[in-house]
Amino acid sequence: MTPSMKSSATKIVALIALIGLALVPVIGSRAMVQDLFMVLTMLVLALNWNMLAGFAGLVSVGQQAFVGIGAYGMFAAVILWGLDPLIGIVVGGIVAMALSIPVAFFAFRLNGAYFAIGTWVASETVRLLVAQWKALGGGTGTSLPKGTTKDMFGVDVIKDLIDGSSSAAADALTYWLALALAAATLLAGYMFLRSRMGLGLQAIRDNAEAAKSVGVDPTRLKALVFVLCAFGTGICGALLFIQITRVTPDAAFSVVDWTAFVIFITVIGGIGTLPGPIVGVIVFYALQRTLADYGTVYLIVLGLIGISVMLFARKGLWGMFSARTGIDLLSLRHPAPRRP
Amino acid sequence: MSLLKLDNVSKSFGMLKVTDSVSFEVAKGEALGIIGPNGAGKSTLFNLITGNIAPDEGAVYLDGVDMTRKPAMSRVQAGVGRSFQIPQPFTHLSVFENLLVAANFGGGHHGHAADDFCMDILDQTGLAGVADATSGSLSLLQRKRLELARAMATSPKVILLDEIAGGLTEGECVSLIQTIKSIHASGTSIIWIEHVLHALTSVVERLMVLNFGKMLMIGDPAEVMDSPQVKEIYLGIEV
Repeated sequence: MTPSMKSSATKIVALIALIGLALVPVIGSRAMVQDLFMVLTMLVLALNWNMLAGFAGLVSVGQQAFVGIGAYGMFAAVILWGLDPLIGIVVGGIVAMALSIPVAFFAFRLNGAYFAIGTWVASETVRLLVAQWKALGGGTGTSLPKGTTKDMFGVDVIKDLIDGSSSAAADALTYWLALALAAATLLAGYMFLRSRMGLGLQAIRDNAEAAKSVGVDPTRLKALVFVLCAFGTGICGALLFIQITRVTPDAAFSVVDWTAFVIFITVIGGIGTLPGPIVGVIVFYALQRTLADYGTVYLIVLGLIGISVMLFARKGLWGMFSARTGIDLLSLRHPAPRRP
Repeated sequence: MSLLKLDNVSKSFGMLKVTDSVSFEVAKGEALGIIGPNGAGKSTLFNLITGNIAPDEGAVYLDGVDMTRKPAMSRVQAGVGRSFQIPQPFTHLSVFENLLVAANFGGGHHGHAADDFCMDILDQTGLAGVADATSGSLSLLQRKRLELARAMATSPKVILLDEIAGGLTEGECVSLIQTIKSIHASGTSIIWIEHVLHALTSVVERLMVLNFGKMLMIGDPAEVMDSPQVKEIYLGIEV
């Protein structure tokens, strides 16, 4: 197969997958919609974290700060300002992006493991501050007003479309938003990495000193990625908590739910590759389903798999597959132009 | 007007003065060689020109513009290209992509113009055949060529070569000199630190000798090499 044939084959497969996923609320059960909603949102978080850690070398353990502040931004928009939750999602993204600027200001003074700890500390600080926010329930949190999600823009239309209850329609709406967000994040990530900025980022990852010597400004590029990923993560956080409908500081700023699992997904799938998080989230979901009834054993198995992959397949399952077969989906390479 | 000018540049690391009131100029299109024993401050001098190190005193001018306080990245964009003593390719990128990064960020070339520009340099430096190879897989000579080509892709007015001929076999060295000569012929100024003296003197028009951070001498290569002082200090011959 020629590269252009391979690329169109990839596009067709991606389109079929997208259409198939889009049809789930129409033909699938509600439980399936809710399950896949979680899968898609975890994928969005993993794509963002992969961009940070896998491409920009920013191993953040504080991404829950942006999930949490995105969620609280959305709650504030709905409860305090009476806005539609869908507008609240945008508010959540913007608030997260705004938060990322002071976080970057402090965390970018640190490198490697210190950066990881620094971002975690920043996230804990934000959690403690948010817990003081009495209007949104302080430490015990708050719920979306009854009926909020059923009154969301578009729910009525979807209700007729899928011929179900208002809450099923609300689930379908958030599901489609999650699907759109996942597709947009993947596409935006791909386009960014293919651009000159993405090339600069890969150069920095290989050798920061040499990158500087050819005019790349590492701090500026990394800061840009950090802020953009905060936006994506914040939007995803807001969307997650529309579905959950209840927010507490502990749940919204959970390092286990929004960062540890996300790291697991990215690492087993293949850090620093675009298809990696997709593979990772499928494995993660399969494990969750098969081991759900075993309680703590589930977490132990998850940990063991994570460690094994890190030891024996450092580039993750996708990296291993790609190296064995030579198949490189969503390739970031720039082939040299052919000359006569 | 000179292209690059250093005016009384000094730099100390603690008590050690590694660059001691160095002043010199490089004209447009000129090739200047720098020699001196290990620890003479040759690489530090390069770092002062590229902006990786800030001088304690003195000033660096490019095209008459004071660059002394400008960061390394903007000096690259202004026209100071460099190659490293130990080749530092972007190992996961292809040879072509290595140049593409430099052309985009340092050279200000974009889109198809950048592609063409990079291919021209690959042709000139003899790397066109390995354009799509991962740079981590190259031989030493190819890596040295890549250092040169990547620096060229930043569209430099002056290119700093740091011991680029070191470690090469005689044959490889000869072929690399041809490439450097062709770059020089195209009008790019060169400042070249080198221990392989015959390589250096076959290209440069002037030669500078550094010792203990001081500029000992600068002038015609043959005259400099003949000077008793240089023979004593640099070649270790008692005169």
